[in-house]
Amino acid sequence: MPADPVGASKPRALQAADPAADFDRLNRDWYIDKAVQIAVFIGGISAIVFIIGIFVFISKEGFGFLLGEFSFKEFFLSPNWRPTSEGNPTYGILALIAGTASVTGLAMLVAIPFSLGAAVFIAEFASGKTREYLKVTVELLAAIPSVVWGFIGLAIMNPIIIQTFNVPIGLNVLNAGVILGLMAAPIMTSIAEDALKAVPDRYREAAEAMGATRWQVIYKVVLPAARNGLLGAVLLGVGRGFGETMAVLMATGHSINIPTSIFDSVRALTATIAAELGETAVGSDHYEALFTIGIFLFVVTFIINLTADLVVRGVRRG
Amino acid sequence: MFDASPLNRRNARNEMLVRLLLGAMTGLLVLPVLLILGTLVYKGGPIISFEFLFTSPTNGMTAGGIFPALLGTIFLVLVALLASVPLGVAAAIYLSEYAPDNWFTRAINLAIINLAGVPSIVHALFGVGAFVIFFRFGTSILAASLTLAIMTLPVVIVATRESLQAVPQAFREACWNMGATRWQTIRRVVLPNAVSGILTGVILEVSRTAGETAPIMFTGAAFFLPFLPQSVFDQTMALSLHLFVVSTQVPGMPEELPFGVALVLICMVLAMNSLSIALRMYLRGRKRW
Repeated sequence: MPADPVGASKPRALQAADPAADFDRLNRDWYIDKAVQIAVFIGGISAIVFIIGIFVFISKEGFGFLLGEFSFKEFFLSPNWRPTSEGNPTYGILALIAGTASVTGLAMLVAIPFSLGAAVFIAEFASGKTREYLKVTVELLAAIPSVVWGFIGLAIMNPIIIQTFNVPIGLNVLNAGVILGLMAAPIMTSIAEDALKAVPDRYREAAEAMGATRWQVIYKVVLPAARNGLLGAVLLGVGRGFGETMAVLMATGHSINIPTSIFDSVRALTATIAAELGETAVGSDHYEALFTIGIFLFVVTFIINLTADLVVRGVRRG
Repeated sequence: MFDASPLNRRNARNEMLVRLLLGAMTGLLVLPVLLILGTLVYKGGPIISFEFLFTSPTNGMTAGGIFPALLGTIFLVLVALLASVPLGVAAAIYLSEYAPDNWFTRAINLAIINLAGVPSIVHALFGVGAFVIFFRFGTSILAASLTLAIMTLPVVIVATRESLQAVPQAFREACWNMGATRWQTIRRVVLPNAVSGILTGVILEVSRTAGETAPIMFTGAAFFLPFLPQSVFDQTMALSLHLFVVSTQVPGMPEELPFGVALVLICMVLAMNSLSIALRMYLRGRKRW
């Protein structure tokens, strides 16, 4: 066997015993590499730090209320939100929950069928240029800021509702629900479309080979296969509607009310914080009560997002 | 010769019906929004002029322009970008290049999803509790921008991670085989191939940041200021909050002024998004692998 003059065949690991080689390994590049690894790790954990930070800081501000004035029964079961009342302020968020729930519920009634329908159309029926144009349009619609939606509710939907239904005020559950539905639909559409696209083509081909029409393929094969992803899309839409602030602040009419019809004005949890935080003194009961609502919003959206994530991953059964 | 059986004909008819129905649903989703945008242009268009964009509001905000708000939004976005882009890119590099597939990485991903899903008003409360009160920044551009930065961090992370992961593994392996360290590989091979994808994400973040209202309401944006901000510790006006103010808080507002503000805001946001989409399509067209 010929000699190996440069030692190229000698495994590098064997050279590590040699102190000179060890020094070679710990050169400047090696230290830079380690430093970068630590730096990007800090970036990586920042998301966790921020989520915990959000919870800690809003809890810190709301803590005084939770220990003092707070009563679970009054907070969740009383419809009376009268934080500024002289002498006897009450902090019940039931009516606010009802406001948020009614608006989000109506928004989902509008958004779920349309966005799922649009997602199926874009993913399974549209082709070529039409599909590209529709996808870009949906993406742009999702980008419209919520304050613009609120303004649309205020300045365009309001007179339309007053005229069409002959009611005195057009800022109500109907207005905010439609606005929120239009707002959530593009996001739900694109997530649902992703879920449909994730179904492998061989499922479709197998069904088509059995003689199924396109609709039969979609209805019997694609939709069941994409079920979890579609459910995730709906949940994210619900979370979005629940947490929306500016649009519901401007379009609901902002009066505390447990709605009995879609023409009643209501007030949402998020909108209450947005409208009242500026007028409260730091550290007052009212201020801390608003932070307590914030804790409630945080916990509920956290649960919704967690559920959506688990559903999309399909580990619900595990 | 193939003759359609009754079953064939029924299937074909159902197919047409479903297609029409779903197409109509898509149309109904898109059309109202296009009509609304048309109304904005129709009502707000006439008021937009050089003067409207580059003068201050006058007469209790019922006349004049939107210059301080426009400038304020640009300030807020720039400071927010300075904070969130380095952090977001670092996080994405960690997740794409270093993170092992374990529970901890899943926790990070879950935190990112939640950061994107937390209501904007809760981010505002966090901004008040953390930046305004605890870190004593007061209501300032700094506090508002940091709040916005944390809120839009997921946009940068997700876009950057996607474009990093789109770089083929073989590129990295080739570089490692030359004896390069991980960081040398990332800097010389992975990042140059992903930089334009990261850029699309950053543009998208600009659009998100510019449109947000709730997080800046109590952390640094003011209803009206007679002067422009001098440093990051001053308050500022912002276009999104300005739209809220002129459409709800000021009596005797001429009808077309809020429409004009809304139109400027929406044009700004949609222009950014279109730029991002166009860049993405251009890049997809000339991808070499």
